[in-house]
Amino acid sequence: MTGNGGAAVALRGATLRYGRHVIWDNLDLDIAPGECLAVLGPNGAGKTTLLKVLLGLLPLSAGAVTIDGRPPRRGSPAAGYVPQQRDFDRDLPIRGRDLVQFGVDGHRRGLPFTRARQVDAAIEAVGARDYADAPVGLLSGGQQQRLRIAQALAGRPRLLLCDEPLLSLDPSSQHSVTALLNAYHREHGTTVVFVTHEITPVAGFVDRVLYVAGGHWAAGTPDAVMTTHRLSALYGTHIDVIRVHGRIVVVGGDDPEGHHHLPEDTPPGSQERR
Amino acid sequence: MSITFLLAQPFAQHALLAAALVAVSCGLIGPLVVTRGMSFAVHGTAELAFTGAAAGLVIADNPVAGALAGSLVVAALIATLGARPRERDSAIGAILAFGMGIGVLLLGFYQGFATAATNILFGNIFGVSGTQLLILVAIGVVVVAVMATWYRPLLFASVDPEAAEARGVPVRRLGLMFLLVLALTVTGAAQVVGTLLVLSLAITPAAAAQRLSASPLAVAALSVVFAVAAADGGLLASFGASNVKASVFITSISFAIYLAARLAGPRLRDRRQRSREERRVQSQARAYARCAPESAGTEMSRSDGPAGQLDKHVPSGLGWPGVLAGRSRDLSPAGRERLGLPP
Repeated sequence: MTGNGGAAVALRGATLRYGRHVIWDNLDLDIAPGECLAVLGPNGAGKTTLLKVLLGLLPLSAGAVTIDGRPPRRGSPAAGYVPQQRDFDRDLPIRGRDLVQFGVDGHRRGLPFTRARQVDAAIEAVGARDYADAPVGLLSGGQQQRLRIAQALAGRPRLLLCDEPLLSLDPSSQHSVTALLNAYHREHGTTVVFVTHEITPVAGFVDRVLYVAGGHWAAGTPDAVMTTHRLSALYGTHIDVIRVHGRIVVVGGDDPEGHHHLPEDTPPGSQERR
Repeated sequence: MSITFLLAQPFAQHALLAAALVAVSCGLIGPLVVTRGMSFAVHGTAELAFTGAAAGLVIADNPVAGALAGSLVVAALIATLGARPRERDSAIGAILAFGMGIGVLLLGFYQGFATAATNILFGNIFGVSGTQLLILVAIGVVVVAVMATWYRPLLFASVDPEAAEARGVPVRRLGLMFLLVLALTVTGAAQVVGTLLVLSLAITPAAAAQRLSASPLAVAALSVVFAVAAADGGLLASFGASNVKASVFITSISFAIYLAARLAGPRLRDRRQRSREERRVQSQARAYARCAPESAGTEMSRSDGPAGQLDKHVPSGLGWPGVLAGRSRDLSPAGRERLGLPP
């Protein structure tokens, strides 16, 4: 496989090391334009690191990466970024609208706060009009996350990079945020890379999964990758992938920090290792 | 001496001008200081302006030049020793304690008037010479210019560093620049209110402003207005009571504004929240009325629950191109379905 064949994102032999610690090794992956890829794996497997590489914030140790045929560039308008869900401080003197505005001109110098039309459009697109003028710190986690998505969309990116956008959201907000991303993705053919530690909420809308663990990786459709066989081979130890009522639960994929994330409504007993 | 007589004197006019400029710079950096959680850095650089001023006094009998040079050293030290946010406060504490020790030592060498030392600690704008006033004015102009240029990316970097970095904001470099601007501003403010009372111009007005609004532009404007009111108001008050230092009035006015804002803030916030709710209900009522003219459904929309319910509200499927083409008011099939209407 040489050339990019028009891939939105192309990784060739991409390797990332910190000192002697290999984060991921020899990663070959093409993400087609309009494709939605979920990046899964335990904590510390280098999921966020992959996004940083795509954002041009971190160079590869070896190999090559291109976005639309060019190396990633820091601050490129082609890529929108939804950072990890983390609540804003209650007293932060910023309204939802200002947060979205940053996506349009937050990086630009000049007299502050010119009003941009894209801001209203982005707020409308994520259904946040009703609370866009409220201080962000007073909004719920789900509302804040929608505004972050609006911020990423305000720059009209061709590639949307989301880092655990569902973290610490309650299941109904998880559902609505996922539905929102899915609708936008389908409507605009935006390429989406979605880092998550849990496949279930996004299983319906991702085209492919990239699973990274212990420096190794596997890519393919969710059904092909999320199997006991594939993940056991990846982790090098026995892993159970269980499907219950449409949920996919990975049991035994212990991460370096010693805890594994399970869907919130999974009974604690199932966390035991085999 | 009457106030009108004093106001006609060039020294008083210069003092008022310098205080106003210092206040404008303080009012501008204040909201960013509060957002970035850097109040202690302000206090630290201010206290260390004492050491710089003492050095200036001993070496060249020029406390302002000494404080300015010192502030740059302090900014560089904080940047190198406290690069990570978590260790910043402890690094500032360590630098502050050592620096103050040096200041005490230096002051021991100083053979001049003892008032010079109190002036550094508690401020005396009238004791500042013409050239020093000019330096203060220059600092003010530089700070205002830098802020006007970089305010937006600085605010972005302060609010959400990760997103800002991804968007191409040079977060680290801006952080260093802000530290430098902060050190310069604080040193200027120290000449007016003294190193011990700088917080009353650099933090208090911004903290008061944040209680009253969540709009960054309004917060910056209010913060500047409050700082100027405190600085010049305090100076004017001190013309009337010549045996009380201006800094006493400045800190008092500043604190009074803060208290008033804390009292008024929650009420303002509630009122805004209510009016947002009303607007939301009204806009929904209009939407209902548009898709079902025969049953203009105000009572339907009223049943829609309080603020806590906002997030339950599923994306209506209002599309991006539709929005851009100005069709945002049309309800999509999904929206109609949600309202129980035929597609």
